[in-house]
Amino acid sequence: MLLIPVLRMGKTLFQKVWDAHAVRDLANGQTQLLIGTHLIHEVTSPQAFAMIRELGLKVPYPHRTFATVDHIVPTDRRTVPFEDPLAEAMIKELRANCDQFGIRYFDIPSGKQGIVHVVGPEQGITQPGTTIACGDSHTSTHGAFGAIAFGIGTSQVRDVLATQTIAIGRLKVRRINVNGRLRPGTYAKDVILHIIRKLGVNGGNGYAYEYGGEVFDNFTMEERMTVCNMSIEGGARAGYVNPDATTYAYLKGRPYSPAAEEWNQAVARWTTFASDPDTEYDDVVTFHADEIEPTVTWGINPGQAVFISESLPDPKTANTEERDSLVEAFDHMKLVPGQPIKGTPIQVAFLGSCTNGRLSDFQEVAKFIQGRHVAPNVKAIAVPGSQAVGAVCKELGIDRIFSDAGFEWREAGCSMCLAMNPDKLVGDQLCASSSNRNFKGRQGSPTGRTILMSPVMVAAAAIAGQVTDARELFNA
Amino acid sequence: MPLPKISTVAGTGVVIAGDDVDTDRIIPARYMKCVTFDGLGEFLFYDVRFDENGRPKAHPLNDPQHHGATILIAGRNFGCGSSREHAPQAIYRYGFRAIVAESFAEIFFGNAITLGIPCVTASRTDLAKIRHAVTANPKAKLTVDLVQQTVELASEVFTASVRGSARDALLTGRWDAIGDLLDAQDLVQKRAADLPYMRPNLVPAP
Repeated sequence: MLLIPVLRMGKTLFQKVWDAHAVRDLANGQTQLLIGTHLIHEVTSPQAFAMIRELGLKVPYPHRTFATVDHIVPTDRRTVPFEDPLAEAMIKELRANCDQFGIRYFDIPSGKQGIVHVVGPEQGITQPGTTIACGDSHTSTHGAFGAIAFGIGTSQVRDVLATQTIAIGRLKVRRINVNGRLRPGTYAKDVILHIIRKLGVNGGNGYAYEYGGEVFDNFTMEERMTVCNMSIEGGARAGYVNPDATTYAYLKGRPYSPAAEEWNQAVARWTTFASDPDTEYDDVVTFHADEIEPTVTWGINPGQAVFISESLPDPKTANTEERDSLVEAFDHMKLVPGQPIKGTPIQVAFLGSCTNGRLSDFQEVAKFIQGRHVAPNVKAIAVPGSQAVGAVCKELGIDRIFSDAGFEWREAGCSMCLAMNPDKLVGDQLCASSSNRNFKGRQGSPTGRTILMSPVMVAAAAIAGQVTDARELFNA
Repeated sequence: MPLPKISTVAGTGVVIAGDDVDTDRIIPARYMKCVTFDGLGEFLFYDVRFDENGRPKAHPLNDPQHHGATILIAGRNFGCGSSREHAPQAIYRYGFRAIVAESFAEIFFGNAITLGIPCVTASRTDLAKIRHAVTANPKAKLTVDLVQQTVELASEVFTASVRGSARDALLTGRWDAIGDLLDAQDLVQKRAADLPYMRPNLVPAP
């Protein structure tokens, strides 16, 4: 008799987390998925609370929603009430909603306020093997911990508040390996900009990205967060890294992390969620770290990027499908096809955001800017991602290093990443930015222009007054 | 919550040119400083429609010939970027009731369906034809048919597909999931009980 071997195919972390949180299949083929951790902020939640009230619904799991205020907060003067009455109305609304429904709120006086995607991890709220949703596309950041984290719309914020679930279709999983070691002067930001450039801004549509390989194994949690954060810029609604010793070391002892005897149980459980070695992915893409150079965008979406040593593309030699997009991008950016990006004068430098506003970002830049100064015609602002990041920077004297170098050191918030607060570009100013989107008008002026790059490259541009290869300027 | 069943949308169209049109362009962030979605319609595509002094620019949405259009025709990866539901809300409140594009960004697609806005995809070649016809004749009548999965334009019929779960949700009047989600609270509780991190006692006191 022939023994037929039983094929036991491994599962991805995505599948395991999904299965552990699937409540039921819905009639239309979607899944009702339990969202264990819900993060909210002032911009996308007020209408959700209004709908809850209008429909007479309850919030059955208030202890699983966490709030903070980030998008609209001024970063220079924190006097209350805010000068902008609309901003004041929004923060008041959030405060009232959290009070009414018993939701934990990291408000400004708490010292724990910050960008929601910086606060969650640093408080230990973001944990492996969990599902996380937030009315913000950069929720993919939390995948760095081996969580499945989605950006959702306001109606879904309502759904999570009222039911702790959302209706969603299962994603495919694309494994993205980055093997080898990054070259000096090349950072996590360059890795994700390179991935988006190669796979396209819609290449991840329908997928969750699983990042792995030697580069990710060696990355710190903050570096993993930078990459997962921008998954959505590649079209992937979620991106994640399997949890490992680095993840657990980061989480140990944080305010909301499991403590005492719960800790070992939690780690044992988290470990089981990592993708099995014999997993078959829907797709696999492999990059080699040594092919990646410091990368900067030049156009109006994050996929329009070049290495710092490269020249800009030329619409004349592009295929017909891409030509219109390139022409539109050149038209907005006022750059010349075929020219090097290096040497392009900038007027503003922005260091911060949920992509690159964490402690290590400021520490790394501080190493290079000591004894140097921002160019006279450049306005440079440094905005910590959270009050906690700001506090540690002060303790370490990093804020002084920035101020001495001519940066304005600010209070925590989203700031000029999307310019919903007073930090905005003026006219067609060109900004070297450590944020995540270079869309037309993104930084507050319809004609404003953005070049995305790593924090160290932003600092180099600020000092040189133009887009610069940081490796040359800093002899790194 | 009974919702209308949506099987066809008929009306005139307007073309939003270009691929990768992001939600910042659909509704600039400064117009999200609000606590309701009311009034968002007037700021739809604001920076593309108006100059810095608020004067209208040459844009199809400013063209009186396109007044009253209910079907938006777009390109590839429409609605990429920010998850702001303000984008489909602005589109709906401006008066659009369906979008035809080559493809949609994931989050935007879900948000639009939840508002009952069918998002159908057509091939690049067919979209070029539709765009051409609508630009040439702004009064041309279009019909988006979710049952047949087509877009009809004069005597021409183009294939237009909608992802299965969304099509089903629209056709059966279950496009806003809240009703279904509320139905299974006992199952949710059971699921939550299996997840240690859902236990209230694991969250420290404020």
